[in-house]
Amino acid sequence: MTDRTDDNKLNTIDLVNKNLAKRFRAEKRFQAYGIASICFGLFCLVFLFTDIISKGTRGFFYHYMPMEINLDADTLGITDTSDTDQILAANYTAVVKKAVYEEFQASGRKQKKDARKLIAIDATGYKIQGLMKTNAESLINTTITIDVLVDDKVDFYLKRIGNYGEPGKEYFNEQQLAWIEQLMDKESGGLEKKLNVAFFTSGDSAQSEEAGILSAFMGSLYLLLVTFCLSFPIGIAAAVYLEEYAPKNKWTDLIEININNLAAVPSIIFGLLGLAIFLSFFGFPRSTPLVGGLVLTLMTLPTIIISSRAAIKAVPPSIREAAYGIGASKMQVTIHHVIPLAMPGMLTGTIIGLAQALGESAPLLMIGMAAFIPDVPGGITDPATVLPMQIFQWFRNADAGFSEKASAAIMILIMFLIMMNALAVWARKRLERRW
Amino acid sequence: MSFSTLFVIILVGIAVAYVLGRSRSLTIAGRLGGIKSLHSLPFYYGTQAALWCAIPCLILLALWAAFDDSIIRQIILQHLSPEQQNLSAQELSLLLNTVESIASGVSSIQASPEVMAIADRVISLRQLSQTILAVTIICALVLLAAWGWVKVKPEYRARNGVERVFMLFLLTCSTLAIFTTVGIVFSVLFESIRFFGMIPITEFLFGTHWSPQLAIRSDQVGSSGAFGAIPLFTGTMLISLIAMIIAVPTGLMTAIYLSEYANNKVRAIVKPLLEILAGIPTVVYGFFAALTVAPMIKNALHGLELPLISFAIGPLEVSGESALAAGLVMGVMIIPFVSSLSDDVINAVPQSLRDGSYGLGSTQSETVKKVILPAALPGIVGAILLAVSRAIGETMIVVMAVGTAARLTMNPLESVTTVTVQMTTLLIGDHEFDSAKTLAAFALGLVLFVITLGLNFFALRIVKKYREQYD
Repeated sequence: MTDRTDDNKLNTIDLVNKNLAKRFRAEKRFQAYGIASICFGLFCLVFLFTDIISKGTRGFFYHYMPMEINLDADTLGITDTSDTDQILAANYTAVVKKAVYEEFQASGRKQKKDARKLIAIDATGYKIQGLMKTNAESLINTTITIDVLVDDKVDFYLKRIGNYGEPGKEYFNEQQLAWIEQLMDKESGGLEKKLNVAFFTSGDSAQSEEAGILSAFMGSLYLLLVTFCLSFPIGIAAAVYLEEYAPKNKWTDLIEININNLAAVPSIIFGLLGLAIFLSFFGFPRSTPLVGGLVLTLMTLPTIIISSRAAIKAVPPSIREAAYGIGASKMQVTIHHVIPLAMPGMLTGTIIGLAQALGESAPLLMIGMAAFIPDVPGGITDPATVLPMQIFQWFRNADAGFSEKASAAIMILIMFLIMMNALAVWARKRLERRW
Repeated sequence: MSFSTLFVIILVGIAVAYVLGRSRSLTIAGRLGGIKSLHSLPFYYGTQAALWCAIPCLILLALWAAFDDSIIRQIILQHLSPEQQNLSAQELSLLLNTVESIASGVSSIQASPEVMAIADRVISLRQLSQTILAVTIICALVLLAAWGWVKVKPEYRARNGVERVFMLFLLTCSTLAIFTTVGIVFSVLFESIRFFGMIPITEFLFGTHWSPQLAIRSDQVGSSGAFGAIPLFTGTMLISLIAMIIAVPTGLMTAIYLSEYANNKVRAIVKPLLEILAGIPTVVYGFFAALTVAPMIKNALHGLELPLISFAIGPLEVSGESALAAGLVMGVMIIPFVSSLSDDVINAVPQSLRDGSYGLGSTQSETVKKVILPAALPGIVGAILLAVSRAIGETMIVVMAVGTAARLTMNPLESVTTVTVQMTTLLIGDHEFDSAKTLAAFALGLVLFVITLGLNFFALRIVKKYREQYD
């Protein structure tokens, strides 16, 4: 080598070359860490979604079986079909039980008891009651064939047949397992897995086979309505003040510091605020969308104000100056020019804020929205629950059937969130103007 | 008339006042030879008249709605019979509740004649109050609309007034942020002070035993309840620590890779995908942690004999509500938070620093490690502090995935409890505002608020200070 001047001392370039392979290995390693982190994040995302979807899709379906039920007037205890009180109070479970015993050819107390446990007797009773309410005259003393819901434990077991360890099998004794086998082997008129329509059309229930998300869905809708009606105008007004009117002084600084800090306050603290101020001090009714909306308004305001300010900032000053130049007043500049031009950005921010409010649960827990609400709320002052709270309620319920309802409700919640975020992205892409 | 009907009436009145004011200004202008002879545009005259109607009437309606129930209650209390007035506070509130439910027609219970008489009185007083309110509001509307109509004159400066009201409205909306903060501080502070009146603050902050269940009878064992919050603090710290161990390296490396190595195409796909993790509701994460991750960890680790640890404590024992599950899932939730904040600060490092480093012959990873990270360090520390405050305040994941039993342990496989979990368990359901149990939740809330506020304050200061260096 010609570079070498001294036999004992290495040149700089040799030192560099000696280490080069090591440094390149370090470079490769570092890149691999980066790729691994991203893959970990994406893996978590995929795992979470597959887990939720695989559990949730079960919740949308339910096992039914067609069954012949004889609406015998004596068993029902109906003497006069025009008397609505009698129709409502009739003994529907008795006819269902009778049909169940016939179906399974159960005799003796023990067998009858076992047979009853396979079918959702009460839910079927309600179904017949619903039919009888409209045309009792023509149905009485006839035999009808209706789709009967199986018991939630049977449904749980049937959905998991073939899984490792046969979860759910421990609920049943041999006789019951034999009956279930027999039902499954039936060519026609046996078990059928169908879309559970009741899940979308009814409210919460103590029985998992009857529980639905309609009441929670309406509650969420009312809550979002209240939040939107309050936070959108207030957020825009605050942003307009801070960007267009506010003088640079201590007071304005104080407002800005407060907004930034509120954006980072844990949401559960807003629940405490709602509990102490709205419920305890003002005496607003508990568990209502009104109070929930007020709390979530305070919580989402910082998000909306911050994004609205960015949108207003993006409106070029030349537009304001042109308006002033032809004699517009400050209010006219703001209302006629700045706000309409900043509207897409403000709307985007509001939608994102509302999406946050839709998924929020901790503050609502504090103001009592984790409640059992079987009825669909009719207004903002009716007690209501919301989708995240309904998921939490079903999660806490020990009954086997509720957990998959919770997964199904999660799928619906996430679907709505994705829709709202897609709307926000669309609004930003489509409506926003570049200057 | 109900409040909603009156509200609609007021709205109609406001609209009428606007139309009247506007048309009158136009008539006057027409007489004088065009709009140019007016001081303000007709719109302002109309709005001025509408505001004259709106502000007093809406204030009156709001005050009435706020106070009429308490005034009626006072009148009723003054007219109670002597023996009813001697009732204890509890019995009295029970009586008033019964009266309330009868008067509002919720229940049709047959109560004693005296109670029915009070209920009738409440009903009649309410009707009276409604009638007076309706008459007052309608009279006020008519008078104010007339006043606004009379005020419309060519030289009247309607615009100045309207613009001032508009600005005041904007100002009020923006000060709501201050009121919210004040509201939070007051609601948390007052209840906490009451709590510290019952339980000494030193016992709360330094006690190591937490069992807030108060006994029903005073002679029961452990009737006082123990409010030593140290186990809650350690539990919160443990879970936050696990979350940070997951989130900080992953988030940071993600941010570095996306901003330094990845091309635009990869960035455009990966970034929004990771942001989805931040948008998933926490209740979903809680569900996932409790029903999927926790059983998985238990199955994988329970009974496992690790070479070193098992020598000391035997096979591992994993709780079904382990802190590890909650911490892991929380860490995953926080990854996008850390990565997007770090991304911002890394992008804020000037390109000249990178170019200088490359010019000296360093590789990309050396540039990142020796130049970019030190330059971005304050911002990254700020981001991590913000992430810590997120982890401490997180509620749903821990409520669903960890237990409520307070244990003083640092073993991630055991079940611990956190500040937020205890706040929710203390406050769910019915509560009285004078028991130490309820007030303890507010004291915990105060601690949480102070800690997160402190963390945010420091984080924002660090970030701000750093930003000023390169701007």
